[in-house]
Amino acid sequence: MAALLQVSGLHAAYGQTRVLHGIDFALEEGSITALLGANGAGKTTTLRALCNMVQTTGAISYAGTRIETRATEDIVRLGIAHVPDGRGTFVNLSTEENLRLGAYVRKDRRAVEQDFERIYSYFPRLKERRHQQAGTLSGGEQQMLAVSRALMLRPRLLLLDEPSFGLAPLIVREIFDIMRAINQSEKVSILLVEQNAAMALDLADHAYLIETGRVVLSGTSAEIRSNDAVRRSYLGY
Amino acid sequence: MDAFLNQVFAGLATGGIYASLALALVMIYQATHHVNFAQGEIAMFATYIAWTLINAGVPYWPAFFLTVAIAFVLGVLIERIIVRPVERAPVLSVVVVFIGLLVIFNSLAGWIYTYTIKVFPSPFPKEPVHLGSHLFSAHQIGAVGVTLVVLVLLYAFFRFTPLGLAMRAAAQNPDSSRLVGIRVGWMLALGWGLAASIGAIAGMMVAPTVYLDPNMMAGILLYAFASALVGGIDNPGGAVLGGFIVGVLENLLGAYVIGNELKLAFALVLIVGVLVVRPSGLFGRVHVTRV
Repeated sequence: MAALLQVSGLHAAYGQTRVLHGIDFALEEGSITALLGANGAGKTTTLRALCNMVQTTGAISYAGTRIETRATEDIVRLGIAHVPDGRGTFVNLSTEENLRLGAYVRKDRRAVEQDFERIYSYFPRLKERRHQQAGTLSGGEQQMLAVSRALMLRPRLLLLDEPSFGLAPLIVREIFDIMRAINQSEKVSILLVEQNAAMALDLADHAYLIETGRVVLSGTSAEIRSNDAVRRSYLGY
Repeated sequence: MDAFLNQVFAGLATGGIYASLALALVMIYQATHHVNFAQGEIAMFATYIAWTLINAGVPYWPAFFLTVAIAFVLGVLIERIIVRPVERAPVLSVVVVFIGLLVIFNSLAGWIYTYTIKVFPSPFPKEPVHLGSHLFSAHQIGAVGVTLVVLVLLYAFFRFTPLGLAMRAAAQNPDSSRLVGIRVGWMLALGWGLAASIGAIAGMMVAPTVYLDPNMMAGILLYAFASALVGGIDNPGGAVLGGFIVGVLENLLGAYVIGNELKLAFALVLIVGVLVVRPSGLFGRVHVTRV
């Protein structure tokens, strides 16, 4: 079976500074795949490259078509939702308006209205806060909102950038549980970028380890977890 | 008392004009953080287009709506052709482009229509209107009415339509907007179009009072700046309220305190005063940046 997402020889640079040096990875439809690595390894840049938000060379194919030259706003229309680094909240808009924007490219108005309820059933806290200005939400609530905004697209592929960043472990656990549920019940494929390797490996089926812009290790989560170097450097035991 | 009420009302009428133009300024400022110095001249040029249409025999209201539509297209074209290439340019370059636009439209109007002052018709009756025991000019009441209708329509557009929501989103967070599929560049162009249309309406409402000439908007733009600053340059509702406040204050001060000659100086004093005492305006957000 061909992979849903196939990346090969991906290079990326910010101006003169090269950040990715030929990354290769694949993501199977229906899987959760994690990109692990330390701060500055190039994980966020990889996600940004997928959505054409940085200068790149290399090939990115999604569902059989090449997408590396498409504009960011067209990539969304292929069913790729991106929860960006820093959550990307529209701080001056209400929670509900943030969610509505997630469904901006969808034409099935009635199904969108139903999806509000679906989201609120995953995250009841957002329903309580739906008329509140999103910028006044707590960090955890904003992360829930960012994930929910992405889900409002009804994506085929969800790109998650550091969903655990700056959050209390309990909230991270809650969000990860919901991600697993969404992956299983709605068949959404997930590409997860995380510094918190232990949590990411619990959630993911496959993982790639990125160091200074290169993939240095790949395999199933179990294989990665049992790798000595990974255990010492990223899992801490 | 009668005279006083009339002054207040005249202030509200011109205040509506300032409010509209201030709103046009704020719309572009929110999206780009640039103040469009050419906003007034675009409004003036649109008013000349209305004048041409009316003189060609088009009845007033069709000419009015046609002008609003033409101004919209003009605004979109200016953004696409002239402003877009300097999108990422330093702020001073953008200011120079805006001033260039100001001069171009001013000269173009002078070249096509000459600098002779022209009379611009009002769609409202000439006879004054009785409200209770008071007499008011029908044009003033009409202008306030038109302004209020425009403001309510704009509010409804931004508040309740998907496109309005997308425009607000694009203005405050372009990166996130692209990630949800909003074509941010086009939202900016639409913003320019809307701002030009609002300006055109303001121009057509003020022209019967100040008469039509290429320099008609110079003073009005200053008042609009003052209004936008009083209300808070990043707050549309504040800018509108600022417009009415400035309009009434200007009229009362002109009539009772400083005289008509110093009215424009009042606008400048207000601009400097707000910037010194309360730079974010009455209703603006105070921006705190971590350094």
